[in-house]
Amino acid sequence: MMLSPYPTTGERIRIGLLWLWCGLVILFLLVPILIPVPLSFNSGSFFIFPLEGISTRWYEVVLGTQRWQSAIGNSLLVAFGTTLIATTLGTMTAIALADEKFPGRRIVMPLLLSPLIVPVVITAVGSYLFYARVGLASTYAGIILAHTALASPFVVVTVAASLTGFDRNLMRAAAISGAKPVRSFFTVMLPLILPGVLSGAAFAFVTSFDEVVVVQFLASANQRTMPLEMFIGLREKLSPAITAAATLMMGLSIVLLVVANILARRGQKRPAKGA
Amino acid sequence: MTAIPPSELDRPALARGRSAADADLRSVSAAIRRAEFGDRLRSLALAAPLLVLLALSFGIPIVLLLSRAVYDPTIANALPQTSQALSGWSGSGLPDDAAFLALAADLKDNQAKGTAYELAKSLNARLPGARSQVLKTVRQLEGAGDRPPLEVVKSVPFWSQPGTWPAIANGTHAVTSFYLLSALDLRWNADGSIERVPPEQAIFLQVFMRTFFVAAAVTLATLLLGFPLAYLIASAPKGLAAILIVAVLLPFWTSILVRTAAWTVLLQKFGLVNDLLLWLGVVDDRLDLMYSRIGLIIAMTHIQLPFTLLPIYSVMRTIPPSQMKAAYSLGGRPFTAFRRIYLPQVFPGVMAGCLLTFILCLGYYITPALIGGASDQLISNFIANYVNVELNWEMAAALSFILLVFTLALFGIFARILGLDRLKLV
Repeated sequence: MMLSPYPTTGERIRIGLLWLWCGLVILFLLVPILIPVPLSFNSGSFFIFPLEGISTRWYEVVLGTQRWQSAIGNSLLVAFGTTLIATTLGTMTAIALADEKFPGRRIVMPLLLSPLIVPVVITAVGSYLFYARVGLASTYAGIILAHTALASPFVVVTVAASLTGFDRNLMRAAAISGAKPVRSFFTVMLPLILPGVLSGAAFAFVTSFDEVVVVQFLASANQRTMPLEMFIGLREKLSPAITAAATLMMGLSIVLLVVANILARRGQKRPAKGA
Repeated sequence: MTAIPPSELDRPALARGRSAADADLRSVSAAIRRAEFGDRLRSLALAAPLLVLLALSFGIPIVLLLSRAVYDPTIANALPQTSQALSGWSGSGLPDDAAFLALAADLKDNQAKGTAYELAKSLNARLPGARSQVLKTVRQLEGAGDRPPLEVVKSVPFWSQPGTWPAIANGTHAVTSFYLLSALDLRWNADGSIERVPPEQAIFLQVFMRTFFVAAAVTLATLLLGFPLAYLIASAPKGLAAILIVAVLLPFWTSILVRTAAWTVLLQKFGLVNDLLLWLGVVDDRLDLMYSRIGLIIAMTHIQLPFTLLPIYSVMRTIPPSQMKAAYSLGGRPFTAFRRIYLPQVFPGVMAGCLLTFILCLGYYITPALIGGASDQLISNFIANYVNVELNWEMAAALSFILLVFTLALFGIFARILGLDRLKLV
């Protein structure tokens, strides 16, 4: 909020107070997520400022010890598996739902979004109960399945958004020119909605990579993912290695989501330009 | 050769033509219907894999879990003879000896099948203290030798106490409201009415109230912090607004676990928050912020702030600044203009943000588990605890059921007021 050309004293005070308050809120938002970054480079074993010295020893712990390495490996495996399935099936579903003739659209959409609404503990406990019966508990497949349920709504929503600007006549034109549906999908539709698909994939990846509650219930001891290792570490003993792990995870999610958002915006802008 | 009048000639042809046209029309519309039916089938087939996968990986687990809240056949399966013997029992006083005999036989069967412990645990959930009594009776029956089983069972005073047999009789019904009522601190009275459990056994209403309190406190705090910032971002020039919105999105894109970890670092006794408070002179001594209610609310406020702020901001962005200028030029004082022009228009955004934050707060698990103390655990933590520690699936299911009802009801209001389409992922 800027001052008007001829501000009164009251206006100056009001806007001054607004800026002050918002400055404090911004500090409240940013300081907590930035604080682990310098601490992770601390050479001492405590979380106290001032830092004792700069070192990368905690990154060596996270990237160099077997426990964390296997956690990172598990996280990547689960996240890539989830991304692959959620993106493929989510894109197919979004394309189906974009068709106005799709039966029961108004019912299907809330059902698809319900994994985002149901408290995650209920999802985790329910999956644990059911997966144990069908032999999926303590398997990578089980974790990936559960994560796919949590991640696919993001793909459906982002791809659906990029499809709102897609001209269906292009598909008809492709069909008239003799292309089979699969071919016209890959040569006509996919290149146009690719930003939306990739953005959905990034959302799916981050959702799975950051998820800890479902993993806590479904993973066996050697399937621990990076967030689960962090959660356990936070419960047992606070080590600066956790700040290093947190910094790495934060960096990865922020980079991926920045890319996802830029892609999503591009995907939605294109039709507006054409129109 | 007599000329046939053209009309005569044409009539059948015309008639034929008309019916042919009709037939064409019919066949064309049938073809369209067929094609559309094919389209519909194709789009259903496209959506089917995800829908099936969601049903398997999400739908069935939830339904299965919730069914555990009302369906518990453990006791009915473990005590078939007793259930039969109790079918004619009035429900008051002690049942006849036949029931005691049937119980003895059932307990022996359970011991032979190795299900005695399961039965003891299940009965214990309904009747605290029953576990040890059941196991004791089973052991005595085994070592009874020539003593008649009836005598053995009657020698354990537990089986002659007033509450025991009604609990068993209730337990033999596989479909039960026991756990759902327990989750609300209620139970069936002996005369068939519903009553509150005695205060020393009541825990869950307090947990639900605590969850609602924390959710409300966090919602209010995010609104107080978020509304002015949303206003500033919406009215700032483009470049500045972009920088400010990044400041909101960076924490939003960081996972809840990472942010909770950051707060556990900050809230330590020798952490930055205490340093700051001491430096400002707000407190004389370092506070115990970890494992406290206030620490939990601070951390949750930080995590939820973007969820409250972004819907408010997206509505504020649509309000042209000229409206406020018009209100001023018509003589409206700043506060009046704000209250009568601005506030009514941003109200839907405020509702959306606050409802979203409130709903999400009801399901919080990680942050209370890591930052809250023993008396700050929310309903999700109790659900996890019943599964991990107490191994009482029925109680976990009943609490899940009630949490889910609250969540879905509030979400119904959310969708009703705002429409699902507004739910954007930013």
